[in-house]
Amino acid sequence: MKLNFLLCLLGMAVPTYLIRMIPFTAFRKKIKSRFAKSFFYYIPYAVLAAMTFPAVFYSTGNIWTALCGFCVALVLSLLSAPMTVVALAASLAAYLFSLLPL
Amino acid sequence: MNSSPYRYRQGLKEGIPVGLAYLSVSFGFGITALASGFSAIQAILISMTNLTSAGQVAGAAIFAAAGTFLELVLTQIVINARYALMGITLTQKLSSECTTGHRLLMSFGLTDEIFALAVSKPEPVGPAYFYGLMTTPYIGWALGTALGAYAGQLLPEQIRAALGILIYAMFLSIMLPVAKKSFGVLLTILFAIAFSCAFHFIPPLSAVPEGYVIILSSLLSAALVSFIRPVKEEADREA
Repeated sequence: MKLNFLLCLLGMAVPTYLIRMIPFTAFRKKIKSRFAKSFFYYIPYAVLAAMTFPAVFYSTGNIWTALCGFCVALVLSLLSAPMTVVALAASLAAYLFSLLPL
Repeated sequence: MNSSPYRYRQGLKEGIPVGLAYLSVSFGFGITALASGFSAIQAILISMTNLTSAGQVAGAAIFAAAGTFLELVLTQIVINARYALMGITLTQKLSSECTTGHRLLMSFGLTDEIFALAVSKPEPVGPAYFYGLMTTPYIGWALGTALGAYAGQLLPEQIRAALGILIYAMFLSIMLPVAKKSFGVLLTILFAIAFSCAFHFIPPLSAVPEGYVIILSSLLSAALVSFIRPVKEEADREA
């Protein structure tokens, strides 16, 4: 089936909503198993880490400016700086580095 | 769980950094969407109905490549499967005020960042707080897409490129403060990085599509660490 805009919109929005809604609405039990509790505690950090690495190093289209932004984000995150500060400082660092005549 | 101590206003306040970050990320999507053959209005409609970065970017790529409906749907399911896990995880944190009606609306706002904020609260989370959390990110996501679609071409290329790192810097600022306090979380992050990098760089693993890489890496690392280092009981677990 060839995609027109309406089909494309539906094909994106409907599966995305259903995959969010069904487990969130249907799941009512308290999880008792220690393994399951641990798993659900760790999974968000696993997803974030898998999405960030190695993608962060390609995020600016230049590995050196990305590395520079990454180091700034790493240090500020370890210092527990607010999220907006970390994000803007990393972008600024990548931008300033890209201005250097290297 | 009992009622939630968090109000709409607190959620609204805590969602502002996410809203600002979404503004810049969706700005990038606006630019990508136009390049993929969507009009500005269509790009905004996609952002307002999807509210997810990876899924939308993948969808735009399939549209641009004149892919099929089935391909589009399968890709969305794979890329967004993590929301099912996040949804189940978050149900464990919900207050008794979260009826089915509320859950139908709340689930629409289940993004990586909103989930991360809600799930890291020490007390049960209710609908009011969650709607507060959703508000600025939703506006930021739609507004950023509009700005990107209408005005993106005006920004110098170097600034546009540097903005690409925003979302990942956000992810780092969510993960690392927790990893500093919890060895299990640190271990999970390191395993996930190792799996993800292996899937990207080592053939034939590198043939696995991006959506599957995220799913496999996160499932494997979280399961592994749950065996090696299960969390202690509720009372003495850090939030």
